[in-house]
Amino acid sequence: MAIAGMRADDGLIVAGKRYASRLLVGTGKYKDFAETRAAIEASGAEIVTVAIRRTNIGQTKGEPSLLEFLPPSKFTYLPNTAGCYNAQDAIRTLRLARELLDGHDLVKLEVLGDPHTLYPNMPETLEAARQLVKEGFKVMVYCSDDPIQAKMLEDSGCVAVMPLASLIGSGMGILNPWNLQLVIERVQVPVLVDAGVGTASDASIAMELGCDGVLMNTAIAAARDPVMMARAMKKAVEAGREAFLAGRMPKKLYSAAPSSPTTGTIAPSQPKAA
Amino acid sequence: MIQVTVNGAEQRYDRPLAVSDLIARMALAGKKIAVERNGEIVPRSVHGSTMVLDGDRLEIVAAVGGG
Repeated sequence: MAIAGMRADDGLIVAGKRYASRLLVGTGKYKDFAETRAAIEASGAEIVTVAIRRTNIGQTKGEPSLLEFLPPSKFTYLPNTAGCYNAQDAIRTLRLARELLDGHDLVKLEVLGDPHTLYPNMPETLEAARQLVKEGFKVMVYCSDDPIQAKMLEDSGCVAVMPLASLIGSGMGILNPWNLQLVIERVQVPVLVDAGVGTASDASIAMELGCDGVLMNTAIAAARDPVMMARAMKKAVEAGREAFLAGRMPKKLYSAAPSSPTTGTIAPSQPKAA
Repeated sequence: MIQVTVNGAEQRYDRPLAVSDLIARMALAGKKIAVERNGEIVPRSVHGSTMVLDGDRLEIVAAVGGG
């Protein structure tokens, strides 16, 4: 007879595929590919984001490639559209990604609004999402934490919505847990916090709120010890998920119910004679 | 003589050439890359039979680290 608490987390299901890890990580901003790989292995992540960029023409002989350090046979690549500021550029980038990765169709759509905040441009994001879904892509979409927009993205056929916790690369943590909760309640597809996580507790809070996963890059890559932070994030996501599944106790300002028995205490001392 | 734009840079060639030839000249043969010609994907299977013509705009991309 299994104890209820022995139930294991059943993993993250995106576009019909199950992943044991609910932590997704980026591959940017590391010192070198060796550090990238060590950090990603420590994180336990199975889905890793990559960017699509112009090759250096004529001077790339012998240069190592990311794909050699993170073999696509071992990791699920999630090509992104970072740096795209309109729907058309994002669509073209992901068509190139699909060609590059031999028909791989799970993608991360992000259409940015401006280069200072990297806040998403939602009208362009929605337009791109609709077209990409039409072309057969499985779209995980970076978005604002607006529950109405999130629902529109779900209705457009996106396989996951990924609201920001705070701005990309800011490390400011979960600025609006209330909106995240509204998004989680509103949509059926997985909700992953993408952007803004700064440290392990931020990842735990996201998971405790009921998020299905967390995607991060800078929080790990910009830590003093990226590999150790990757390990911390793995535990934080697992801890937050288990706390969510376990169901936290209600918050009370104070409690008249101490944890130790209220009976059987030893005889009260005699008051001291005056 | 043809003039084409590859990844934003002007390139000149004596005559039209196949996408695969252009890739070889750029020392990218065998690399994991994808090619777009005038806004349309050129699938790997037709690199040998797709000609690069005067005025074409090509983008050649690879996967790099990113969030």
